[in-house]
Amino acid sequence: MKIKAQVAMVMHLDKCIGCHTCSVTCKNTWTNRPGTEYMWFNNVETRPGTGYPKRWEDTERFKGGWTLKNGKLQLKAGGPISKLMNIFYNPDMATMDDYYEPWTYNYQNLIDSPKGEHLPVARPQSVITGEYIDKPEWGSNWDDDLAGGTETVSQDPTVEKLQDHISMEYEKTFMMYLPRICEHCLNPSCVASCPSGALYKRDEDGIVLVDQEACRGWRFCMSGCPYHKVYYNWNTHKAEKCNFCYPRTEAGLPTICSETCVGRIRYIGVVLYDADKVKEAASVEDPQDLYESQLSVFQDPFDPEVIEAAKKAGINDEWIESAQNSPVYKMAMKWKIALPLHPEYRTLPMVWYVPPLSPIMNHITNEDDLSTDGYIPAVDQMRIPVEYLASILAADDTKLIRRVLLKLTAMRVHMRGKTVGGIDAFRQSELLKEANTTPEELEDMARLLGIAKYNERFVIPTGRREMDDDLYYAQGACSLEDLAPPEGMASLIGGNS
Amino acid sequence: MGDVFWWVIFPYACLIIMVFGLLYRFAFRQLTWAAPSTEFFEKKWLRFGSPLFHWGVIFAFIGHLMGIVVPMGFYDALGISNHLYHLGAVYGGSLAGLMMVVGLIILLIRKIVFNPVRVHATFADFYSVIALLIIAGIGTYITMFGNFTPEEFDYRSAIGPWFRSLFVLSPQYQLMTSIPFIFKLHTLLGFGLFGSIPFTRLVHFYSIPVAYPTRAPQQYRSRAQYKNKSS
Ligand code: HEM
Ligand code: SF4
Ligand code: SF4
Repeated sequence: MKIKAQVAMVMHLDKCIGCHTCSVTCKNTWTNRPGTEYMWFNNVETRPGTGYPKRWEDTERFKGGWTLKNGKLQLKAGGPISKLMNIFYNPDMATMDDYYEPWTYNYQNLIDSPKGEHLPVARPQSVITGEYIDKPEWGSNWDDDLAGGTETVSQDPTVEKLQDHISMEYEKTFMMYLPRICEHCLNPSCVASCPSGALYKRDEDGIVLVDQEACRGWRFCMSGCPYHKVYYNWNTHKAEKCNFCYPRTEAGLPTICSETCVGRIRYIGVVLYDADKVKEAASVEDPQDLYESQLSVFQDPFDPEVIEAAKKAGINDEWIESAQNSPVYKMAMKWKIALPLHPEYRTLPMVWYVPPLSPIMNHITNEDDLSTDGYIPAVDQMRIPVEYLASILAADDTKLIRRVLLKLTAMRVHMRGKTVGGIDAFRQSELLKEANTTPEELEDMARLLGIAKYNERFVIPTGRREMDDDLYYAQGACSLEDLAPPEGMASLIGGNS
Repeated sequence: MGDVFWWVIFPYACLIIMVFGLLYRFAFRQLTWAAPSTEFFEKKWLRFGSPLFHWGVIFAFIGHLMGIVVPMGFYDALGISNHLYHLGAVYGGSLAGLMMVVGLIILLIRKIVFNPVRVHATFADFYSVIALLIIAGIGTYITMFGNFTPEEFDYRSAIGPWFRSLFVLSPQYQLMTSIPFIFKLHTLLGFGLFGSIPFTRLVHFYSIPVAYPTRAPQQYRSRAQYKNKSS
């Protein structure tokens, strides 16, 4: 057993209002430099839709993530030898056309233009070439709120796959938001794809980072990440990605995207996992077993054996306590209402999603005297097809999605019953049985999902700086860069850093 | 005096600039050390240009090793006749040279024609491609149309020994004084390019990730860098 800690996130999709505040604050913090204009470490996609970059889920084209070949786990794009043979040209890499050509507006014209008959305009101007763009035709969120209509919806790889089940008639159509950041995977294919070993997963908190000094710009991480969350900076010729705002999490603060989330959909917490089990968990035969096998990697933070092993691995009491109070552990591992995005990519992603409930297609007319069990069929008639959710969150396992939706429905029915009566009947109901839960658990869920305050949503222990070698030297330094790098020859050969 | 300058001082100066320039850049300018990829902007032309050029370079590099670094005696000992060697050198060398030249022309056109690529190409980027094109062009020309029979002029008996003599610190510049001009040009431009490597993105080829196949696929690093590392 090799216990490691991971800082992970849950997003409760029911509460996402698609406002893009997370994207904007992340951009203002991390990607507002030359070379990064097109990067959105956090983006919010409307589903069904093409996503960003366009059709990123088309893994047959981009070859991201892992596959099983003769029972062995392999990078889908090919192993190290084939990478070295393709190093002069990466056939799988997405280009600017797949993202978009970033632009700004010529605001100066509003100020400088002479008095005239017509109001001056600020023309769109490419930040790549400086040329004017007469008509911007694509952007990271061009199809927001289904506004691309059937034209963009039909390009959604999931829609393509589920053709029969999805109708785009106005009365029947559906929509949901999917905010995405780097998954900080347990089995990151970006890391395994990097020929220079520049990407790495941090021992302490599992955050996946790119060492900017070691990156040589070979770009295999870009296509290697099936979520397309590693970006190429054309200015520095190096890769960049979401860093889970580690300067903030190390100080015990939530990431910028979580801090500023208007819908308060995000939760951050620590989970303990057994690093020795990761590879095995990612190698199960049936993609639909990946969810369970991923869960088996996580360790119960209350188990004395686990606690002892964790301590031995250098994880301190504060982190163990945080793991015990972790909202992520509760939602993803204990209540099992949060699911990993595209488990079939076999990267064991660590941003989990509580699937959204949605309006019921056929109006329930007699809700006042409806028996509790009347809600069971409702789960199967929700606007967002269970198949669609299953395709993005459960490797097409509709039973799993149905189970989660039933539990969330049971929570609603129960909480409604608490205020308008009928709890006793609920205890006996078929709904409770099918959802395999108890009123007590549902109340805990309702509290965390509905009214939990800042300190319950974000349980983040501070970085373990007390273990640093040179604390006296580093006092007053910022966590992003050393205040004053050590001087002398020793620093050149890596000593004292 | 001229000969001493061109065949002793100049090559040493170029090599010294290269070595110390590379060391300096490696130590203090890591953030600028990367392959100059523009695939993000354009990939249809790159798909042909870059592999053609790079495989050409690799073959040409091996060819130079075989012709310049490995002494003639080695082939004699193996029983490879002059004629056989030159047959291989002419066909192999022509192929490598053509691959490089065609690849570089594609890369150059691409650099000029596609706006995002051109706008973000620095002087050094254009310089690298054009300098390589000129040197590779001359080299290919010599190989294909030089018509130098081994009896007339064999570079293995002049340039090779001179090149090796540089590294044992007793440069035999006399060997180079009477070789055909076009060989002189190719050699001098080559050394000039060596000297300019630290100032261009050409530094990327010192970072070929040869260790990749042998390392563990997943890389963990410790933030705190514990004194007694827990593995
Ligand atoms: C064997 C190790 C080498 C590797 C792995 C390598 C890799 C690369 C890569 C990935 C690119 C970027 C292509 C792109 O995406 O735009 C590149 C560009 C380039 N390489 Fe190499 N290279 C190697 C050796 C060399 C050598 C030996 C030379 C020259 C003597 C060279 C000259 C160039 C030039 C001039 C470019 C720029 C092409 C352009 O501007 O379009 N490379 N190389
Ligand atoms: S989601 Fe993040 S950790 Fe996972 S493969 Fe992509 S970049 Fe790497
Ligand atoms: S964690 Fe930080 S870097 Fe990552 S998406 Fe959120 S705000 Fe951006």
